[in-house]
Amino acid sequence: MYLFCAFLAGLVFGLGLIVSGMASPAKVLGFLDLAGRWDPSLALVMAGAIAVGAIGFAIAVRRPLTLLQTPMLMPTTRTIDRRLIVGSLLFGIGWGLAGFCPGPALVALGAGYLKALMFVAAMIVGMLAFDRIEERRIQPVAQAASVRAGAME
Amino acid sequence: MNVDWASFSPWPALAGGVLIGLAATLLALANGRVAGISGIVGGLLRPSLPDALWRAAFVAGLVVAPIAYVILRPAPEIIIDAGYPTLIVAGFVVGIGTRYGAGCTSGHGVCGLSRLSPRSLVATLVFMAAGFATVFLTRHIFSL
Repeated sequence: MYLFCAFLAGLVFGLGLIVSGMASPAKVLGFLDLAGRWDPSLALVMAGAIAVGAIGFAIAVRRPLTLLQTPMLMPTTRTIDRRLIVGSLLFGIGWGLAGFCPGPALVALGAGYLKALMFVAAMIVGMLAFDRIEERRIQPVAQAASVRAGAME
Repeated sequence: MNVDWASFSPWPALAGGVLIGLAATLLALANGRVAGISGIVGGLLRPSLPDALWRAAFVAGLVVAPIAYVILRPAPEIIIDAGYPTLIVAGFVVGIGTRYGAGCTSGHGVCGLSRLSPRSLVATLVFMAAGFATVFLTRHIFSL
């Protein structure tokens, strides 16, 4: 049941990206192009998702256990540091370059687009590069770091 | 500001957004997890069963979504204008950036803002600003 719920959540998330049009990089770039012919759709996707999500998370954070009686593992990091800023900056640049963020890229991959496969492959290389850099940076506490990273979004 | 009314699709956008919100709610209430896609994929790259199983299940759901969609509806229009070199650079930067920033549009943008996390608000403002600036530079300054 735990795995089925995770699968269903991924499926519904992906359907949401398709229905909203956000699986298409051209649509996302239409939102990011403020100086061109601007398509505000992405703002409404966020608004709809947050309106529902706010209710869901408000319920979730009040529960010690999930509906399946497993631990509630919400992110605990609260620090706003250079890593958060620089990482988000890099992510935004990559997002603006191709119009893909991780979710839509995986959906487009499922739809059979070779270009999405290339993006996802490069993204995985980028994530592995991050892991390598982290390992070297904090070798003695590498184990603790991997546990911590797992608890974050 | 010049709004592209022909492309603007408020109702599908809202409906899709609601589905995304429901998916995030399901993963939070049933699995106790935040639906942050970069984090879920990133965790898969550090194999530590059984944690990898739910991550793989979620990613499988995402990948299967377009296949499930075409059972009921015509295939979605997915337009990828970027060339291969751009996609490779963009993918790499997205990969490394989302891990450093511990989140992307889903983890910080949707889930983080839903949780009223100040950290996620900062991240979202930063990656939105970077996205706007990047598109401005590539489309209007360098005309790539």
